[in-house]
Amino acid sequence: MLKDEAIIICRDVHKWFGNFQALRGITTSVSKGEVVVICGPSGSGKSTFIRTINRLEEHQRGQIIVDGIELTHDLKNIEAIRREIGMVFQSFNLFPHLTALQNITLAPIWVRKLKRSEAEDLAMQLLKRVGIPEQAHKYPGQLSGGQQQRVAIARALAMQPKIMLFDEPTSALDPEMIKEVLDVMRELARSGMTMIVVTHEMGFAREVADRIIFFDQGQIVEENSPNEFFKNPKHERTKLFLSQILQH
Amino acid sequence: MIGQKRVAVEVPPTLRWLKENLFSTWYNTLLTLLCLWGLYAALGSLLTWIFAKADWSVIPANLKLLLVGTYPAEMLWRIWMALYLVVCFLGMSAGLWGSLLRDTVVVLSSAFLFLALLPFGVNERLLLSGLALLSWGMMGSGWLLRRSSLRRWGARILLGLWVLSPVLVVALIGGVPGNAWLAPVSTAQWGGLMLTFMLAIVGIFASFPLGILLALGRRSELPVVRWLSILYIEIIRGVPLVTLIFMASVMLPLFLPGDTRVDQAVRAMTAFTLFTAAYIAENVRGGLQNIPRGQYEAAQAVGLSSFLTTVFIVLPQALRAVIPANVGQFISLFKDTSLVFVAALLDLFNIGRSILANPNWLAHDSEMLLFIAFVYWIFTYFMSHLSQRLERTLGVGER
Amino acid sequence: MTRAARIPFWRDIRVLRISAQIAFVLLVVLLGNWLYSNLQTNLRATNISFSYDFLQQPASMGISEGLPFQPTDSYQYAFWVGVFNTLRVVFLGMVLATLLGLVIGVARLSSNWLVRTLSGIYIETLRNTPLVVQLVFWYTAVFLKLPRVDESLQFPGSIYLSQRGLVMPQPQPTESFALWGLTLLLGCVLAVGVYIARRIYLERVQRPGTPWLWGLSTFLFIATGSWFLLPQSPLTWEPPVMGIFNFEGGMQFTPEFTALLLGLVIYTAAFIAEIVRAGILAVSKGQKEAARALGLTNLQMMRLIVLPQALRVMIPPTTSQYLNLAKNSSLAVAIGYPDLFNVANTIINQSGRAIEVILMIMGSYLTISLLTSLFMNWYNRRVRLVER
Repeated sequence: MLKDEAIIICRDVHKWFGNFQALRGITTSVSKGEVVVICGPSGSGKSTFIRTINRLEEHQRGQIIVDGIELTHDLKNIEAIRREIGMVFQSFNLFPHLTALQNITLAPIWVRKLKRSEAEDLAMQLLKRVGIPEQAHKYPGQLSGGQQQRVAIARALAMQPKIMLFDEPTSALDPEMIKEVLDVMRELARSGMTMIVVTHEMGFAREVADRIIFFDQGQIVEENSPNEFFKNPKHERTKLFLSQILQH
Repeated sequence: MIGQKRVAVEVPPTLRWLKENLFSTWYNTLLTLLCLWGLYAALGSLLTWIFAKADWSVIPANLKLLLVGTYPAEMLWRIWMALYLVVCFLGMSAGLWGSLLRDTVVVLSSAFLFLALLPFGVNERLLLSGLALLSWGMMGSGWLLRRSSLRRWGARILLGLWVLSPVLVVALIGGVPGNAWLAPVSTAQWGGLMLTFMLAIVGIFASFPLGILLALGRRSELPVVRWLSILYIEIIRGVPLVTLIFMASVMLPLFLPGDTRVDQAVRAMTAFTLFTAAYIAENVRGGLQNIPRGQYEAAQAVGLSSFLTTVFIVLPQALRAVIPANVGQFISLFKDTSLVFVAALLDLFNIGRSILANPNWLAHDSEMLLFIAFVYWIFTYFMSHLSQRLERTLGVGER
Repeated sequence: MTRAARIPFWRDIRVLRISAQIAFVLLVVLLGNWLYSNLQTNLRATNISFSYDFLQQPASMGISEGLPFQPTDSYQYAFWVGVFNTLRVVFLGMVLATLLGLVIGVARLSSNWLVRTLSGIYIETLRNTPLVVQLVFWYTAVFLKLPRVDESLQFPGSIYLSQRGLVMPQPQPTESFALWGLTLLLGCVLAVGVYIARRIYLERVQRPGTPWLWGLSTFLFIATGSWFLLPQSPLTWEPPVMGIFNFEGGMQFTPEFTALLLGLVIYTAAFIAEIVRAGILAVSKGQKEAARALGLTNLQMMRLIVLPQALRVMIPPTTSQYLNLAKNSSLAVAIGYPDLFNVANTIINQSGRAIEVILMIMGSYLTISLLTSLFMNWYNRRVRLVER
């Protein structure tokens, strides 16, 4: 990994919830265009970690630098970083009172100050890209889970981010809808987007990821290319995890 | 199945209904008989009183006082005008948005038609029929607007007019200084049902923004803001409304610069506003609490500032969810306007009481009080019915 | 990192948060200060200074009921009489409104169509008219229209109703009352003993049961048994006797008190009835079906499944109805019952001390509200614990 290409740098990141320590010194970096999959047992701190990257959670020690800007209490930096990072949630979190199109155009209009017509054009392009242009004027309640998640991806892309974070994007979906969301993510990865994906979809990880990071108890246990990770897990806990998850 | 059917054929449906609903067990039979006896005794004497003994002349003789108080007679057209204005907006909205509003306008116009049949003066009857016609006419044009390409703009303009409407109505009824047509009418001359409505409407509109701010304050991350909001809300909710009205009417002038003069109606409106705001804040807080955390997070993640998040994501969802609760608040405010006697104002109830103090009408308190109660009942019953239906329609539309 | 060390303060979230709060406090303080300075100038202009010294002066007013009161008594004492009168009507009102509300709420769910409809009409009529109109109606159109005192309406059990209010017999302890009290105490001890014994027994045989019912029946058995066994019954009902101008003896309630209590009770009961109905309906059908599937009887289902859940739903709204009742009692001023607001009103008129007295009024109501909600919150927690 070349340091100067790194777009996200984390150095010794710690995070506590009260007395519980969720992150215990995370040090890693992600380069431009890289696709990183984070996996690990539930409660291992993987979600907390990616939420600290766009400051949905505040880290208490260590450094996070995104595209040369350090995340601190500086309001302006936080706003700037959020504009460069798109995020997709497990439970979609679409705005239920807005149509799919309005969900996508809201932030471009009010944060990036696009004209309404420009924003709508952009939104329609994105909806085509995720494969549901015909659903533009429906409300989230009228869409299936897979469609909602695809709208959510389009909403995140509408801010034209340099990095996309995915927090278990397929965990709340029925099996037949998982594929349509993974297809969109695959296409996104091929287009050169920098992505950090928390997921249990090991097939997706093997196929798309450049690197897999394994979390346990708030620490990075193992970090490797997919091939090595699946064939030669070095750590005991990784082996145990893989044996459990691949049984399914 | 077949056996059941045969039984159903044998017994006439009315009898079966009676058996199932009134005489199913021995104690139900007993209860039914007791109720029937009570009804017979109560209804009998009530009906004879209403139709034979009661002297209702006190109502028509004082109708003008009861409706508009001592508002100058030559200025009454302004109240009619305000009424026409509101019916105009209402009809238009009913045509444009339909559903509940349409039913409201239908009920309202039939009420106007019914009133037009009563033996008022010719002018009043014509004006009332005009109101009924106008509501249907506006409803039709609203419907046309809905089908036309101007729909979006029409809806926006109409919403703007609704927001402006309290100002327009107050200007019409209260007057504009220096205008020959709309000479100011002091609030001391407002009275009766008109004052009741003005107090309730001004109270609800003025308290709404304050209530929203208080609710947001109570949910704020900043402890000082949160605690001050809680303090305000809990103090106001802990004391009776009469004490607040009384306080406003006695003490408000003491807290303002020495030369400001505030008339009694404005003092009472201040009290209603401060009071209702605390309750609206609690309603809105309920709506805010029901918004999942994910909504805030998603808004942050797409880069919305906390102000934009509040305006575009949080408030639209929260306010929509608390519309029925706020209609309920308006209903209780409407009833509570009867408490303005502590500020010496003459709303519907208190002008009624002052008429009863007149030696000519001394013995008519039952008639007067029942009439007043009936007027309040009509409006509140109608409104609470509306809010129940609103609750159901909103519940279906969500998510 | 050097970049991290130097954040301009106007962009630092921590600084922004604190300064926003300081700005808010400043705004509130400025507003308060403006109001206060206006108050100061206005008071100086009228030559009044804020003080509670006047409370010791003689009130020179009459209070017709509650604690005995002379015009020479102090303002302070007058205020306490008002507080006492408020508490009296509020406490009785809460108890009676709850009972009436329960009855009407259950009637609303009756299988009898007539009962259901009548209670529906009751609720819709009373909830949709202003309380003060109802109060004035009860007072002027009902109580003041009653016959004169010498032609009182007589009800069975020496209860009389007239323009002067409601008169009913009062229980008077006799000589054997002390003895009866002693047996009651004994009964209490015994009941607790039976309760504990039964619990231990049930614990040992590992069976569920109703030990409290055993305890209660023990107590009732002893109480009623000793009542009849004693040579003289411990309480006699002293009936009111018509004197020259009015009744003497017995419990007497003025028309103001009775009208206020009646009005508050039937108004609040309408709201409580709706709460009861909603509470019972809130227990889902699935719960009842599950209970039936487990083979519980109807009574067991009500006691073990429906009521505990319904109670939990009902308590918070009932609390706010109690609070409303307490606050609504201030409408006494409309019919001349000397409650705390009414008395305080008179004090303001006589002494001209508006600010001081209004602060006292608000303080009193806040205390009443606070105590009521503290009690109900405590009860709510207890019910929840029992349920878990």
